[in-house]
Amino acid sequence: MGNAISVQELHFTYPSQNGGNPHPVFDGLNVNIEEGSFVAVLGHNGCGKSTLTKQCNAILLPEGGSVSVFGMDTKDEALLLEIRRTVGMVFQNPDNQMVANVVEEDVAFAPENLGVPSEEIRRRVDNALRAVGMYDYRTHAPHLLSGGQKQRIAIAGVIAMQPRCIVLDEPTAMLDPHGREDVMRTIETLNRENGITVILITHHMTEAIRADRVIVLQEGRILTDGTPKQVFTQVELLKSAGLDVPATTQIIHELNEAGFDLPPDALSTEECAQALYSRFTAKA
Amino acid sequence: MLKDITLGQYFPGNTVVHRLDPRAKLLMTLLYIVALFLCKWFVSYGLMLAFLITAVALSRIRPKALFKGLKPLIVIILFTAVINLFYTDGRVLVEFWIFKITVEGVQNAFFLVLRIMLLVMGTFLLTYTTSPIALTDGLESLLSPLKKIHFPVHELAMMMSIALRFIPTLIEETDKIISAQKARGADFETGNVFRRAKALIPILVPLFVSAFRRADELATAMECRCYHGGEGRTKLKQLRWHARDALCLLLGAALLAGVIVLRQFTL
Amino acid sequence: MAAIIEVRDLCHTYSVGTPFEHDAIKHMDFAVEKGEFLGVIGHTGSGKSTLIQHLNGLLKPTCGDVLLGGESIWKDKQTTRRARFRVGLVFQYPEYQLFEDTVFRDIAFGPKNMGLSEPEIKERVLRAADFAGVNPASLDKSPFDLSGGQKRRVAIAGVIAMEPEIVVFDEPTAGLDPAARSSLLENIGAYQKATGATVLMVSHSMDDVAMMADRLLVLNEGQIEMLGTPAQVFENAERLQQIGLTVPQVTSLFLRLHELGLPVDPATYTVEGALKQLLRLKGGA
Repeated sequence: MGNAISVQELHFTYPSQNGGNPHPVFDGLNVNIEEGSFVAVLGHNGCGKSTLTKQCNAILLPEGGSVSVFGMDTKDEALLLEIRRTVGMVFQNPDNQMVANVVEEDVAFAPENLGVPSEEIRRRVDNALRAVGMYDYRTHAPHLLSGGQKQRIAIAGVIAMQPRCIVLDEPTAMLDPHGREDVMRTIETLNRENGITVILITHHMTEAIRADRVIVLQEGRILTDGTPKQVFTQVELLKSAGLDVPATTQIIHELNEAGFDLPPDALSTEECAQALYSRFTAKA
Repeated sequence: MLKDITLGQYFPGNTVVHRLDPRAKLLMTLLYIVALFLCKWFVSYGLMLAFLITAVALSRIRPKALFKGLKPLIVIILFTAVINLFYTDGRVLVEFWIFKITVEGVQNAFFLVLRIMLLVMGTFLLTYTTSPIALTDGLESLLSPLKKIHFPVHELAMMMSIALRFIPTLIEETDKIISAQKARGADFETGNVFRRAKALIPILVPLFVSAFRRADELATAMECRCYHGGEGRTKLKQLRWHARDALCLLLGAALLAGVIVLRQFTL
Repeated sequence: MAAIIEVRDLCHTYSVGTPFEHDAIKHMDFAVEKGEFLGVIGHTGSGKSTLIQHLNGLLKPTCGDVLLGGESIWKDKQTTRRARFRVGLVFQYPEYQLFEDTVFRDIAFGPKNMGLSEPEIKERVLRAADFAGVNPASLDKSPFDLSGGQKRRVAIAGVIAMEPEIVVFDEPTAGLDPAARSSLLENIGAYQKATGATVLMVSHSMDDVAMMADRLLVLNEGQIEMLGTPAQVFENAERLQQIGLTVPQVTSLFLRLHELGLPVDPATYTVEGALKQLLRLKGGA
């Protein structure tokens, strides 16, 4: 499998605001995202996560180094539309992504922009809505729906472009637990069943755990990069970066410090419960 | 409170009126308005009223909703009526102190009120039965010849449809801002005009800032979905002209013709 | 313990008489103790937002009453108005209400509306800014020049500057990263300890609320589902999950351990509590 996104020696600085100093974000970042993978990106606010995602579909361009998307260089103006069609983006605020008053008309926005013929748009809209489980709401007004439903429609709007990769920038930040679960399930299905590369920016450990790979950014640099088990067991490192560690990992970490010998990577509730159970009943 | 504003509201349905092409409805509304201003006597107004009633019945929109739309205009209507009542010259009907009411005054006031009501309700019937996207698509199509003189037809239509889409969202936000400022003791009810105007600042500033922020985020989201202006855009729903649309226009033309003819026969 | 707020047989129906008529709150009865930290949990649509807007008189009950210090806040107009200042309400994403030229003036808005003197206003603003963790250097700046996290602190300062006896926070940590979240919760905890104010915190996050609350009020479909200490509430973990709420991660873990047969308390909800029990197990075995 090739690389969906390839970032080489990325240098980028935000222009100065209100007469302050320009704010350097990246100075030589290197990262490759494999096609078909599900990657979670974590980091405190201001570490460069959002800036990185905007580099992936040429909303922002590198000052130094390069970003290529499925082999296309983001600096190539001629490929701009193709790049944006291939890497779709979903943002945090469900309301500020909606262009139309009717669900199906909003989902149709992207294919309309791409000049897709009318009957084909109809087919894509229906398929996209079915893929996110919102087909029954196609003639509803979006502003009357819940946050989770709105975000699923935003995702449908992106799928209608038939992208190969979807980047989601904290899509569940404004949602309640139900909405969060709905969105996560939708993303997982798209990745596992449709092979769409997913890059998820989040603060929630419960979401990052579901990814294949976790990248932690700090001050524009990669702090650690690996599977959820590899990353979340580095308790001290994560805490120093101001990030949460799952309670299961914390408990095992503390017990191991007290002399126990528990598997440090028993991340999920079930794994952790089993590990603790076998340890505490082994004496019998 | 703010939720009662029905501006831009659309009541979905499947009646003949709903299914008419938006271009036919827009042109029809135009003809209706012109006819309304050419009305001169009872018969003409009666014709217009009959037309409106038929259209409302066909659309199954509840008359209550149409009257609700008139509520914000009650003051203007009454004001105009009163002015016409007391300041038209002619055959005096009643006289007291410095005021005199003439027969012509009563007629003018009556017809003016009727005209405003018919105008507003007719226009609301248009927006109630046509979705904002359909309206802007229809407008965009009707104005497309203007593209030849570089008039930004698509941009205008896009601005209109986005504005209409955000009305309910901004209303909701305004409600929230009002509640938040009230929770800090803001008072929007007491005081004279100036005091009340000043009290609006804590609502307007956050609302404007928020609107700009939304616009910025929406623009980015639109670009991410490959928006690049009107060139090469196709549509999910293509406007198709049917026989019923031609019939509708014919009716509108007949209505206008009828009113013009009747003008020659006024007493 | 004296009750500072009493909600008696409260009902609220939206859009009465229209096809959109909707009972948001159905006959709620509970009392909040003076000085306590009450967590309010419920999924969207449970009536949380409607309830808290009754506490400071923003919404009027359709039936029932709200009493502050034993007196109905609807007794007369002045009492209702005073309730605004006695019960401070911090809405979700409060940073979207900022409007003044300077941070100082925005925080001063509440005290100004209370009719306080200039020196008194200044004192309150500085105190509130300190509690909320607002950078003192920002006081002369425009609130729109600050970061999202700082803006939120300014908005919170704006409410606590009124020095209300009760402060209600609606999802104060929504959208914040973990470091900012724990920092803000620390500030809230410190504020409560220093002033003795009664605090209500509406949250989706069981984890946050369980750590800080003396009692939890669980709402479901406009009614009270449970009211008790965190330990009491988490004993009913199954019911909580049924009504669409999650339990703290630690509780899920301990429920499972209890199921598997280990002699642990399934209602454990803090990491410290968890470690204590597990270490005791080792000692026993």
